[in-house]
Amino acid sequence: MLSDLDRLEADSIDVLREAVAESERPVLLYSIGKDSSVLLHLARKAFHPSPPPFPLLHVDTTWKFREMITFRDETAARLGLRLIVHRNPECLALGINPFEHGSAKHTDLWKTQGLRQALDEHRFDLAFGGARRDEEASRAKERVFSFRTAAHRWDPKNQRPELWRLYNARTHPGESIRVFPLSNWTELDVWRYIQRERIPIVPLYFAAERPVVHRDGALIMVDDDRLPLAEGERPELCTVRFRTLGCYPLTGAVRSTASTLAEIIEEMRGATTSERQGRVIDRDQTGSMERKKQEGYF
Amino acid sequence: MPRTPAQHGTPAQHGTPAQHGTPAQHGTPAELLRFITCGSVDDGKSTLIGRLLHDSRLLYADQLDALVADSKRVGGRGGELDYALLVDGLAAEREQGITIDVAYRFFATERRRFIVADTPGHEQYTRNMVTGASTAQAAVILVDATQGLLTQTRRHLHLVSMLGVRHVLLAVNKLDLVGYSREVFEALADEFAGLAKELTIDDVTAVPVAAVHGVNLVARSAHTPWYTGPTVLDWLGAVPVDDDAAATGPARFLVQWVNRPSAEFRGYSGRVLAGVLRTGDRVRVLPGAAEAIESTVRRIVTMDGDLAEAEVGRSVTVLLADELDVSRGDVLAAAEAPPDVADAFQARLVWLGADELLPGRRYLAKIGARTVGFTCDQPKYRVEVDSLRRAPAKVLRGNEIGVANVHLDVAVPYEPYRTSRDLGSFIVLDRLTNATVGAGMIDFALRRSANVRWQQLTVGKPARAALNGHRPCVVWFTGLSGAGKSTVADLVEKALHAAGRRTFILDGDNVRHGLNKDLGFTDADRVENIRRIAEVASLMVQAGLIVLVSFISPFRAERELARNLVEPGEFCEVFVDTPLAVAEGRDPKGLYAKARRGELANFTGIDSPYEPPEQPEIRLDTTTLSPVDAASAVVERLAEMGII
Repeated sequence: MLSDLDRLEADSIDVLREAVAESERPVLLYSIGKDSSVLLHLARKAFHPSPPPFPLLHVDTTWKFREMITFRDETAARLGLRLIVHRNPECLALGINPFEHGSAKHTDLWKTQGLRQALDEHRFDLAFGGARRDEEASRAKERVFSFRTAAHRWDPKNQRPELWRLYNARTHPGESIRVFPLSNWTELDVWRYIQRERIPIVPLYFAAERPVVHRDGALIMVDDDRLPLAEGERPELCTVRFRTLGCYPLTGAVRSTASTLAEIIEEMRGATTSERQGRVIDRDQTGSMERKKQEGYF
Repeated sequence: MPRTPAQHGTPAQHGTPAQHGTPAQHGTPAELLRFITCGSVDDGKSTLIGRLLHDSRLLYADQLDALVADSKRVGGRGGELDYALLVDGLAAEREQGITIDVAYRFFATERRRFIVADTPGHEQYTRNMVTGASTAQAAVILVDATQGLLTQTRRHLHLVSMLGVRHVLLAVNKLDLVGYSREVFEALADEFAGLAKELTIDDVTAVPVAAVHGVNLVARSAHTPWYTGPTVLDWLGAVPVDDDAAATGPARFLVQWVNRPSAEFRGYSGRVLAGVLRTGDRVRVLPGAAEAIESTVRRIVTMDGDLAEAEVGRSVTVLLADELDVSRGDVLAAAEAPPDVADAFQARLVWLGADELLPGRRYLAKIGARTVGFTCDQPKYRVEVDSLRRAPAKVLRGNEIGVANVHLDVAVPYEPYRTSRDLGSFIVLDRLTNATVGAGMIDFALRRSANVRWQQLTVGKPARAALNGHRPCVVWFTGLSGAGKSTVADLVEKALHAAGRRTFILDGDNVRHGLNKDLGFTDADRVENIRRIAEVASLMVQAGLIVLVSFISPFRAERELARNLVEPGEFCEVFVDTPLAVAEGRDPKGLYAKARRGELANFTGIDSPYEPPEQPEIRLDTTTLSPVDAASAVVERLAEMGII
């Protein structure tokens, strides 16, 4: 009998193959985080010995941790994969940032609008994402194959029924499908799988001394000199790690000494907070994830 | 960072906190159980799931904080913890206090991981329940102790049974509102058991529950001292994980993607749906061609290295020993026990679309890894959900369930749904909107296509041909009314009979007096008329006869259908080619005159087209050939074909 991780792996590979077989121009949304690392690993397994038959797309905001960008470029080079990096040119021109424009606007313009631009520009009709249903309540209701209108909108009340393993990926020109092969994985599954498969991840997930400031109850890492410091505010060196990765000014670190996968998993099992707790953007407004997703966010 | 489970010391805590004390994510559970919860609106499904997560300590502190805040803001329990808010994540659901879409939740005990599909009870959202049930091994059905079994309860049980869920738990909820009455619980449990028996679900357990107070969810409650059965979590932990049937069956492998990294490597990436696939196994490729295509499993490839065998559930890449044209949607099956291949089935349908299912309309169906054209006959019946009685139906509307014969453009490998969810299920797609409008489960095939194993009879066609001294065939005369078909056919039969050949003439009028007397002259009836004639002719060919069929049969499609029912070389299409003016001039039955006067509608040649054969075995020009010469020409042609 297959173990639970074997079964999750086989299910995800099944989804990846169906999606590729039923689409013209698929792409993998690569956000550099641990879920993306697992997704990429599964994509390599699904099509081995062929390379994954799609490029990686990173929607950059210019505010990602530096270590993420290094890891991204190394990963693409090591695996010989085509990497598309998209930065919303309007945001670049306007210098959109979370401090002056707020986290909601920052996220909408860089990530949501940026993603829509990139998908339209390359005419991708299907995009893989690493989202999991255990992350957030509105994600829990999303299909594995999730239909988007030509305006990239998600209509939660009008989703296609999804039965058995019979996924419906049919679209008209302009419409697209978002596919979530990790839908049924939990955060703990992701860590156990990373350990079992020895999947490389960004070092930020492991505890180390890092310069941080305290902001609204979150520990924000001072990754470069763009982070405005309040008067008298001084970065202090703390032993921290990250449970999720995003834009560094919006991503809270957790105090932790877990510097190996085994320690991270042990910490996970005793954790009292969910991983999104460190994310500032989800808590902007009630139902904010659902709203963002309706507008085209992943 | 704190490493102890959250202490849920919230002010609104009710009931006894869970005593099972095991942080639920410890250990590495090997088993995975997928189950659904279903109940009617307000039965308390979301509350039950939320409470299960809460009491089995699967909530994080920040989620609990959010729950406390949300309960005060929008909760339906006057500021006390509203567990339903943990599950009802969509804004509209929170506003309306109902669940409008299936939600997936995850939790684990020491031995098991659970994926819960929380499915809505409201009638218009039945499609979501079907979605949840399609992948579930077990079901938890809730009823409100103050309401009893409702229409929806029957519907849920019916759907659960139809979708192949074999283990059902009845949670009699809100028992606190009836004073934890044993009588109320037992009456409902009995009624439910009766219903389950009717629907052939053997494994049914009832548990008395008060979800808001956590009664009998995780720990046995003092409120129900008379109850000695399992708690909801006990039951979920013990219900069999139904993997055995598929695991022990003959091997089935679904090809999803042809893997061709180089000219030297042609692999088939897909999934083992049943049994175990081993290198060296002899496999048949289905649906295949007219003759069975078989090969041997040469390698089973994964990124972690080659496998000697792949068990059910594995996603792998298979290489065969022979160069074959295998494509997406094909099934590699154990050669000694392949599934059947067919293009027409009796199926149970759940209609999910807003527009009704129209018999005869062209849809698409996705079955296995193949999308094919799909049509449906008029439903044999629909199932009334209140009574489970069969009712006549001309169409199926949204959320209706019915049984109908369905037809696919191409033959596909299949198994009945009760044998295989993977090879026995399909979804129906609208060609225009691309929406998923229906779900179907195969009961059985209406006919098997020619390349699959047929009941092998000891005395076969060759034996009969040897006894008769000639091969059988269909001689199909087509042409306008009055062209001379019957005259020539009669002469041909005379000649063959005189030569000692076994013959029979199928005459249109005669057949309409008997076999086809239920058919009229609508387009559908005309097609059915020809189909039956063709089937009868085919049976007579099996019996070793030379069958002479003389029908106007104006449409190529119908003649093609008849041709395809017999083997190549057994069909002789005779085009009795007489110009309309000549035929009308003869008019032996006075039909042309009638048609010209408008007394006969749809008369071939007058107001209905005749499609001449493009490549008949023989063309008879009756303006230059006498009937006797024409008959001789047909007999000569039969000799050339090696029939006589």
